[in-house]
Amino acid sequence: MAWFKKKKELKTEKKVKIPEGLWVKCDNCKEIVYKKEIEKNRQVCPKCTYHFRISSRERLRILADDGSFAELDADLATTDPLEFMDNVPYAKRIADNRIKSGLNEAALYGDILIKGFPAVLAIMDFSFMGGSMGSVVGEKISRAAERALERRVPLITIASSGGARMQEGMFSLMQMAKVSAAIGRLRESDVLYISVLADPTFGGVTASFAMLGDIIVAEPRSLIGFAGPRVIEQTIKQQLPENFQRAEFLLEHGMIDLVVERQELKDTLAKLIGNFMPGAAAK
Amino acid sequence: MAYYLEFEKPLEDLENKIDALKRLSDGSDIDIASEIKNLEKKAADLRREIYSSVNPWQKTLIARHPERPYTLDYIGLIAEDFIELHGDRRFADDAAIVGGIGKIGGIPLMIIGHQKGRGTKDRIQRNFGQPNPEGYRKALRLMKLAERFKRPVVTLIDTPGAYPGIGAEERGQAEAIATNLLEMSRLKVPVLSIVIGEGGSGGALGLSVGDRLAMLEHAVYSVISPEGCAAILWKKGSGELGQGDFARAATALKLTAQDLKAHKIIDDILPEPLGGAHRNPECVGRKIAEYILKSLESLQGKSMSKLVDERYKKLRKIGGLTQIQNLQ
Repeated sequence: MAWFKKKKELKTEKKVKIPEGLWVKCDNCKEIVYKKEIEKNRQVCPKCTYHFRISSRERLRILADDGSFAELDADLATTDPLEFMDNVPYAKRIADNRIKSGLNEAALYGDILIKGFPAVLAIMDFSFMGGSMGSVVGEKISRAAERALERRVPLITIASSGGARMQEGMFSLMQMAKVSAAIGRLRESDVLYISVLADPTFGGVTASFAMLGDIIVAEPRSLIGFAGPRVIEQTIKQQLPENFQRAEFLLEHGMIDLVVERQELKDTLAKLIGNFMPGAAAK
Repeated sequence: MAYYLEFEKPLEDLENKIDALKRLSDGSDIDIASEIKNLEKKAADLRREIYSSVNPWQKTLIARHPERPYTLDYIGLIAEDFIELHGDRRFADDAAIVGGIGKIGGIPLMIIGHQKGRGTKDRIQRNFGQPNPEGYRKALRLMKLAERFKRPVVTLIDTPGAYPGIGAEERGQAEAIATNLLEMSRLKVPVLSIVIGEGGSGGALGLSVGDRLAMLEHAVYSVISPEGCAAILWKKGSGELGQGDFARAATALKLTAQDLKAHKIIDDILPEPLGGAHRNPECVGRKIAEYILKSLESLQGKSMSKLVDERYKKLRKIGGLTQIQNLQ
């Protein structure tokens, strides 16, 4: 009786042709917004505060004290250990993604100053193969954790990922164990680890370092989960509840500490570090 | 009646014929013993032939074989004085993960594993071996208990994956698995993991971080199921995907014990009888018990800090890494 249930909501979406470049339609409220205004607003919609996905470079601009970020191990690359081949060889997929995204891999890390506090920061970038975690991402997160421990400064990670990278098979899965072990060493020290979750964070990244923060912060409305919503829907054959797997849903269920707007993130991080590890500023 | 996989059909015909002949010869005076012996030899040859060239997808099917021994079968075969322990003390007792204390070869240890269930009712109750967060939290509780009493931990891995459900997400499936990865990497007792069937992604990894990782000969371990991989790569609807697509994906994923040993992801392979573990569970149980005792012996005498340190280094070096020349 599918025809019987087809009672559509009477809500007409505003259909407006958008001139290329100058104006952007917000994915959330569908309002047409002047692009420059969004950029000025740190890629947050001024009408509904929807947080657009942003690149790791933009995140650095927002978080780092001027010129303070020094990237490390930027040249790490995968060996394509399985010589994975689907329709396109994995090696070619990597090369294409590097051109398309202008990035070397799906994560970068380095030393940073946040309002004068030194820290080690690792950022994932969803535009490189969906932010998936293979050998390189796993290695960079592990090295970031080890460096934070060695320098006795906080570790901050910003996750945005579809999960483990299928093209590296078990090498990718084992990265989850590797990064969790590296966080495990931090857990036994007095070095603070703050995990920031951005839209979207799923699978092997959620089920490893992203959910292991001493403090876990998420951006508003971000989708965060273990299994993807489509997989869950297909498994249970039910519609998912409103707001399911959104940052606010995780907050309500006690899974994260804070939902923080992008504009406030730098301030929040600085306050947390200042309260937990004030000594770090002297370094 | 035995359950045969698609590629075992020729063997099924032959073995059915042998059974029929055996029934015929029972109580009759016709001497067909030599004929039966002949056919049995032929069946053994055929089985050897089939099993000498099973491909990764066929191995996946063997690993999921409905008659394959599960965790509780092996515990029943090899553990003495075993007492199952229940519950995570927070929410529930997840029947998809079982655990308890018992002895193997006289050594008391904590045995934890996924449990798929046998028969419709049991399968449903055990959620087809797909744990919820409380399963991982029960496992962790038992591991921390083992640590306090200096009992080694043995985990048996056999799951299609952690359960993708609403409740699982609400109660923090990802956090539960992540916490196990972290805690297992720091556990101050020896941790041994053996994949006895299906190693399904994060749901399998959540019990398999340790000092030794072994797989049964026909077990598989993968970041994603061949079906899931095929659906993503070839973007067809689930109805349009066929055995050929799954076989291609299974091959590309390098999920067999042999491939993973070659890539140094796992340490050891435990042999199975011809035709798979279900053909002789007692024999496989003995191999598992021997492996556990041998591994514990090789880890004996190490200080706990050395053990944890070596475990860290073992995990830390996994990855295919090189350097790019032309940086962006």
